[in-house]
Amino acid sequence: MILSVTDLAVSFDGFCAVDGLGLAVEEDELRCVIGPNGAGKTTLLDMICGKTRPTRGSIRFKDHELTEMIEYDVTRMGVGRKFQTPSTYEDLTVLENLEISYPKKRGVLGSLFFARDDELTDKVDSVARRIYLGEHLHEKAGSLSHGQKQWLEIGMLLMQDPELLLLDEPVAGMSPRERERTAELLLGISAGRSTIVIEHDMAFVRMIAHKVTVMHQGKVLAEGTMDDIQRDERVIEVYLGG
Amino acid sequence: MSAEERNGHDRTLEFTGLIALAVLLVAVPWTLDEFRQQLAAKYLCFAFPAVGLVLLWGYGGVLSLGQGLYFGMGSYFMAMFLKLEAAAQTNTGSALSQFYGSSLPDFMVWNSVEVLPWWWRPFHSLPFTLAAIVVVPPLFAFLLAYANFRKRVGGVYFSIITLALAAIASIVIIGQQGYTGGVNGITDFKTFLGIDILSGGVKRLLYFATVVALFAAVFAARFVLASRTGRILVAIRDREDRVRFSGYNPATFKAFAFAAAALLASIGGALFALQEGLASPSLVGIVPSIEMVIYAAVGGRLSLVGAVWGTLLVFAAKTFFSEHFPEVWLYLLGALFIGVVMFMPTGLAGFTKRLRLAARRGLVAARPAPAAPAGKRLEAK
Repeated sequence: MILSVTDLAVSFDGFCAVDGLGLAVEEDELRCVIGPNGAGKTTLLDMICGKTRPTRGSIRFKDHELTEMIEYDVTRMGVGRKFQTPSTYEDLTVLENLEISYPKKRGVLGSLFFARDDELTDKVDSVARRIYLGEHLHEKAGSLSHGQKQWLEIGMLLMQDPELLLLDEPVAGMSPRERERTAELLLGISAGRSTIVIEHDMAFVRMIAHKVTVMHQGKVLAEGTMDDIQRDERVIEVYLGG
Repeated sequence: MSAEERNGHDRTLEFTGLIALAVLLVAVPWTLDEFRQQLAAKYLCFAFPAVGLVLLWGYGGVLSLGQGLYFGMGSYFMAMFLKLEAAAQTNTGSALSQFYGSSLPDFMVWNSVEVLPWWWRPFHSLPFTLAAIVVVPPLFAFLLAYANFRKRVGGVYFSIITLALAAIASIVIIGQQGYTGGVNGITDFKTFLGIDILSGGVKRLLYFATVVALFAAVFAARFVLASRTGRILVAIRDREDRVRFSGYNPATFKAFAFAAAALLASIGGALFALQEGLASPSLVGIVPSIEMVIYAAVGGRLSLVGAVWGTLLVFAAKTFFSEHFPEVWLYLLGALFIGVVMFMPTGLAGFTKRLRLAARRGLVAARPAPAAPAGKRLEAK
């Protein structure tokens, strides 16, 4: 087990966004987390990656407790986070965006005298091709289309080589064609690492998920394969309005 | 503002600006009289903090309204060294040194300070003084900035802290007259290691030393911006939260930029004290600090060379207005600032770049219709 979340809770001004949640993710697993708006899905990812401090509970990643760690330490530990709205460095080129995500020499002086070597060039090239941006290396991230920005952010995560990928709605705002390509991409990159994907699009979830967790009001409502989930009466009630 | 304008760096423009600057500065001693050359040297000293602000504010997104503090540190350290040398030479100094057993700067005598304070003593040594100039301001700046940025105090709040520190420093200097020379500052020194710094030849030498140091500063800053650290600074400016998830600690990078800007300001201050023969609280407080921001803004805060041009332009305007319109010169200077903000929000660098693009488009547009009058091309765009 690579990630083990137990009895996790956080409240904002008395509102319990996540309330006693438990979750276990195996190595190499691709887990989808679904649920209605406000179920606490994004908050869950925020707590895993260090953006939000939980009020209670524990998050164990490999042998480390993540709840007390600062964001960049969690990242250095091998957790990569993709945000819901594409978060790239718009004033930098695709190449530069990928390059600064390379997990070496993260100090000021190391970065000052950092020189691009063959290993890095190869890696940037292979990641760029993988995220369908091989031809756009020298374009500013700000000039890319919405879908391309989403891919670029996934590429930035790939540069970090994380053991655990956290993806928040990676196909939001994408065309059907882009969705298909993203599904292909995710299946390719999730091999050899664990991935948690938050998604609303059921067809997309069906394409990629090993196992699905349904969240509702800050708790886990159901967990299982896509078929199990779709037969589960509580899930039907929550989704189709009871 | 387009993405390109924000990122700003236009290689050709920077290069042209640099060459033009080099030509101008080398020509100064041969085309202007000694008084004007002295003025130019003084202006150039203020270009150092402006270049630092391009790095810190333009690229790092951290606005310091207190660079006068670091300029002041450099100038006071240098002035203390020069003053101790002067005190050892003058008659009052030697008479008093016989009496007290050590030579005291004149203003201490006037203020009945009888013993040289312990923190003045190391400034007898030139190596110590030079080390203090390049180490103390950046170290102080780094610690201050890191403490704030680590706690995620930034933006306007940090700017106000820098402003307050500069104000406090000038108040303390004025209040502690016996130790600092008070509102008069530290002045009246004539030699540096026994060399007469008021002679024409030495002044010219110092002028060129300043020019060389300034170019070195521009190139050093260019090196930082071209490195991965430079790109991380831009990334932090635009999306600080995201940078943490790329595995970087933004606090160290911003504190580094702040320290680098402090170092440049301090060097500028030291060169100023050496050439102007003055370290004064009026160059430490809020007004000079904000003026330094104006130099960078007028030049275009994303252009290192632009910052030097901006400094020279503002000072040239100051000098011109005050000499020709002594009654209203401050209003004219104010009008110039308003004009820059309104019509050149990206400063000189952005303005010349737009002109160049417009001219290029104008030429392209004019090609199919060569009969069009040449003067109309730019207006039409």
